[in-house]
Amino acid sequence: MPEELLKIEDLRTVFRTEAGTARAVDGVGFTVGRGETVGLVGESGCGKSVTALSIMRLVTDPPGRIEGGSILFEGRDLLGLSEKEMRKVRGNEISIIFQEPLSSLNPVFTCGEQIREAVALHQKLGRRASKKKAIEMLRLVRIPDPEKRYGSYPHQMSGGMRQRVMIAMALSCQPKLLIADEPSTALDVSVQAQIIELLAELSAGRDMAVLLITHDLAVVAQIANRVVVMYAGAVVEESPVVELFDSPAHPYTKGLIDSLPRLGQRLERLPMIPGNVPDPFDLPEGCRFSDRCRARFEKCATEPPLFDLSGGRLARCWLCEGGGG
Amino acid sequence: MSILAAKGLKKYYRSQGGYFLRGRQFVRAVDGVDIELKKGMTLGLVGESGCGKSTLARLLLRLEEPTAGTLEIDGTDFLALRGGELRRARRKIQMIFQDPYSSLNPRLTAGSTIAEGIKIHKLARGAGVERRVVELLDKVGLPRAAYSRYPHEFSGGQRQRIGIARALAVEPDIIVADEPVSALDVSVQAQVINLLADLQSDLGLTYLFVAHDLGIVEHVSDRISVMYLGRIVESGPAVELFSLPLHPYTEGLLASIPSAKPGDRVRVAISGDVPSPVDIPAGCAFHTRCPKAFDHCSTETPQLREVSPGRYTACWLHVD
Repeated sequence: MPEELLKIEDLRTVFRTEAGTARAVDGVGFTVGRGETVGLVGESGCGKSVTALSIMRLVTDPPGRIEGGSILFEGRDLLGLSEKEMRKVRGNEISIIFQEPLSSLNPVFTCGEQIREAVALHQKLGRRASKKKAIEMLRLVRIPDPEKRYGSYPHQMSGGMRQRVMIAMALSCQPKLLIADEPSTALDVSVQAQIIELLAELSAGRDMAVLLITHDLAVVAQIANRVVVMYAGAVVEESPVVELFDSPAHPYTKGLIDSLPRLGQRLERLPMIPGNVPDPFDLPEGCRFSDRCRARFEKCATEPPLFDLSGGRLARCWLCEGGGG
Repeated sequence: MSILAAKGLKKYYRSQGGYFLRGRQFVRAVDGVDIELKKGMTLGLVGESGCGKSTLARLLLRLEEPTAGTLEIDGTDFLALRGGELRRARRKIQMIFQDPYSSLNPRLTAGSTIAEGIKIHKLARGAGVERRVVELLDKVGLPRAAYSRYPHEFSGGQRQRIGIARALAVEPDIIVADEPVSALDVSVQAQVINLLADLQSDLGLTYLFVAHDLGIVEHVSDRISVMYLGRIVESGPAVELFSLPLHPYTEGLLASIPSAKPGDRVRVAISGDVPSPVDIPAGCAFHTRCPKAFDHCSTETPQLREVSPGRYTACWLHVD
């Protein structure tokens, strides 16, 4: 087990709107070790992206608000930092890349200039030195002909290239943690493979931890060491990646893995999870997955805690009480 | 038996070059495609963004007028139809869209959305319309209470069910589904796929299933056609195409799919990005990214030809 870099405990982020209060992140806790790649998986509305924004302290307030818990980064609680101190953490120590690179880049500046600006700001480099560094970053993310591409505007690049630019910018200050929120979801299959490989190589080469947020279990299987599965604002399972796919402990995880169509294995019907993801304004009583769960029994009317299954595995399911699975 | 047959379909869009780029350019979105749908079967159409698969789907419904080519549906020349004739013929072929949010009118209840087509085509009258709508809601697995509710009150998966019920309302023979599950959550995707499969066996529907997700396409399709920059580069029975792809592009696409098996690292099988459809490479459009390209590939465009029974590919590697 690598040394702890990020430790989140009992994080609670809520959104108050006219329609009521949504408990988007409701007591989430997990750790990311130094140099480790952790996959944070779940469907839309499960709170995975809000968790990421909470770590960066980028939740829009109002309507959002971090109401409790702690986010320890190298032992320091990020929730206790002033905005000025937090600004030093962002980019320098923790970077984030988003799903849609086109909306994350400024359309009126060249891609190179935007990387240069980040470098100049965070590393206090002069114009020439920062430009050199920016070109070096473009080369690192394998953008062909980086000197020329330095002067390209975001709209002149393809989706895959733009995501490379975002990665170059995020890595330019050598962060210890990169949060990648659905980095390959908006890209084509053939380009997605390129970006995943690039992320895997770069994180291994620089001993950088990655928190990979995605709905795509297959992407997680590719590069994560450990996986945290979220459902309706809570962590329902945590496990090393091999064990998660071999023997998922939580019925939700099992359902997700089973419902993936597999190449070369045509089935009459796809195994499916009935029902829909619960409304965050109106979470069910007891186990939040119980209304869709085939294995439910009386106990599920009470919310289960995260049971420790040994071997670094945790699951929030009464079936796992006493270490069974 | 063939229920839809298109030959040499083309759709060119004129691209306004803008002030600095005078001169006409054409986006060859669909560039000479033959397609055949067999009754009761599913044809999967795959390709990456910008390959023309959605344009092709829209051409088949005449939501876009083709630049060239022929289209026969159930033996009639679909492109020759005008006005009322066209409207009546369109009942035979219906579409399901990708985004269940933007494809439903937010001001209409689910009931009125589904009833619209029934009334237009006079398939029922009076209380019969409502009866039919309730029957359709039931068929797609929605509660009766859904009748008087508005789209925003439904989840993505439920909205897609409304879209399916709307398509079924006019009793079509063919359904063109353009990325019907890609906007849905993983756990809900399987529900909609299974629903489509049930409806097909109940009603004997013919599907054209357009998607970029090869896993899903393999699961639902009898035959698959692979598109790249406006052309079909490979076509064949689903099982064979996946077990032994002929075109290097198909092979690359298959290798790029991350498998849900830890440690099974994906290979980067295709380098670079899809070229712009305004500026399609000469010769075989894929030669700029193809690991197996040789001299001939950049000079002459390979035609789609049958290389073994039922299997077609447009690649110089398969021409003797």
